[in-house]
Amino acid sequence: MYTYIVKRMLMLFPTLLGAAIVVFLLLRLIPGDVCLLKFGGEGGYVDPEQIKMCQLRLGIADPKVSQFFSYIGGLITFDLGTSMWTNRPVTEEIAIRFPLSLQIAIMATLTSIIIAIPLGVISAAKQNSITDYLVRAFSIAGIAMPSFWLGILIILGLLIGTQAYSGVPWMPPLHYKSIFVDPAHNLSQLIWPALATGYRYSAVATRMTRSAMLDVLREDYVRTARAKGLIERVIVNKHALKNAMLPVVTIIGIEFAFLMGGLVVTEQVFNLNGLGKLFVESVTQADYTLTQALVMLVVFIFVMVNFIVDLMYAWLDPRIRYS
Amino acid sequence: MAITEFNALSADQLPKQKTLWNHVTRMARLQPLGTAGFVVILVMVFAAIFADYVAPYDPVIENYEYMLNPPGTFDETNERTFLLGTDAFGRDLFSRIIHGARTALLVGFTASFIGAFAGLVLGVGSAYFGGYVDLIFQRLMDVFMAFPLVIMALAIVAIFGTGTEKVIIAITIPFIPRCARVVRSSALALRELPYIDAARSIGYSHTRIIVRHMIPNVMAPFLIMLTAFVGQAILLEASLSYLGLGVQEPTAAWGLMLQGGAEEFAESAPWVPIWPGVAITLAVFGFNLFGDAVRDVMDPKLRSQN
Repeated sequence: MYTYIVKRMLMLFPTLLGAAIVVFLLLRLIPGDVCLLKFGGEGGYVDPEQIKMCQLRLGIADPKVSQFFSYIGGLITFDLGTSMWTNRPVTEEIAIRFPLSLQIAIMATLTSIIIAIPLGVISAAKQNSITDYLVRAFSIAGIAMPSFWLGILIILGLLIGTQAYSGVPWMPPLHYKSIFVDPAHNLSQLIWPALATGYRYSAVATRMTRSAMLDVLREDYVRTARAKGLIERVIVNKHALKNAMLPVVTIIGIEFAFLMGGLVVTEQVFNLNGLGKLFVESVTQADYTLTQALVMLVVFIFVMVNFIVDLMYAWLDPRIRYS
Repeated sequence: MAITEFNALSADQLPKQKTLWNHVTRMARLQPLGTAGFVVILVMVFAAIFADYVAPYDPVIENYEYMLNPPGTFDETNERTFLLGTDAFGRDLFSRIIHGARTALLVGFTASFIGAFAGLVLGVGSAYFGGYVDLIFQRLMDVFMAFPLVIMALAIVAIFGTGTEKVIIAITIPFIPRCARVVRSSALALRELPYIDAARSIGYSHTRIIVRHMIPNVMAPFLIMLTAFVGQAILLEASLSYLGLGVQEPTAAWGLMLQGGAEEFAESAPWVPIWPGVAITLAVFGFNLFGDAVRDVMDPKLRSQN
């Protein structure tokens, strides 16, 4: 088991290194650089000397190879450098947004678990009944509906609903406050994006729960449990559910990882200043250092979550042994 | 030896030849949801091909006389009806949605076909050659898979710029490793089968074995991925266009029509952000239902479970 963990951890490095190379190359392929964008943005005359100075100062004029090695060296020593656009440390820029993205990711994952597992189990236990069809329609609708559109609908509904109810339209607050400072303010802002994305991700998890449950319910030990005269509720909730959770855990884990970095569009709808928005800004500003750091963070979270999910397999299902 | 007398059966004694219609009704009975999805797809394809004839008005020309008319507005002087209302530029939403189907399908089909096909070739190739080729290829796929779809697409848009063709590239590339991985795992099992050994011993070329002997046998996972991709591609295109990084004005695209946000229109014109979203949802819904049916038919293991 321990050799497996060590082996698996060593395997993470090539993936991370590969990702670092890909990001580095992709960014250098984007036409224009941060200095051209900064000084050339207004469209007026710019002193080419000024641009040259800026490029020299930021190291963009250096040969690509030396840029690459200083970047990899930075990654290894956890020195992410300063943002080329704002001149603030990259870690600081990320630290401001990280709690918001993390909180939404956790809340959305919880929402999706709360919706997905009961619905998936009911749907499997009552296969091909009206309930089953309704649950399936509900979950396919969740996959089909773009979460940003759902977000727009939620805001529309809130505005129109509160207008009709109290005469004054109400909008979720626009400024982020930490949940530890002002929980009511924080939740009234973040609950909506969490619901919108949570519903969408629940759809995938519901379908996974349902099909895993159906598989397990056909196994011999479930038939034995039925023959023993156990009531169906106990069979489903105690005997079958545990074994059906395996693939569901994978799906939920991977979703969580994607929620950390992939909420670009939802953040736009709700006007949230999270990692997704920071990513779009840093890419459009050709801010190499910030984009590289952000992408590596997202990739790192993704790879780690995958690793943890793999290990959880062995814990959830003692039949699985890594050696 | 007795000779059994052979009586030619008359036409009504023969089992009836199955007509196309029989197949259609059988499919509709076995896969009602999939058929419903297929109907949605057909309607979309029809709308996309004949958009110029089906759409009542021009989707692009701005007409400030009709700014933000609510759905069902009838203008008596020009005898114009706006079934779903008009947007802030006075363009008929219904016409724009019909023309938007063209953009959505163009992006959806092209991106998923190219992406899935490239994934198919790479996945089978990787499994067939095995060894170091496979190992290196797999690590490469791992790297690409570690990027969330939207982030990968955004980075590619940043390189190539915006516009319909660029969006297709941006959506195609992240699809390739996703398909390659699934196809590879089915191809791995094939590689060990005796008929592949036989083909090799006859001296067939690698290309021939891959194309003629392996690819036909991984069609099931390939088609499942392909149908799933179309819906995803439509969603992704809508997301990119909504962010302003996809299809550009004045082309009619559903994601683009949602731009501007909810607050702007909540009081004055809630129909503007509602209809395009309905169109996206319906389209993806259709492709998903159809994709599920394809998977049920193709993959006997999953049959009648999902």
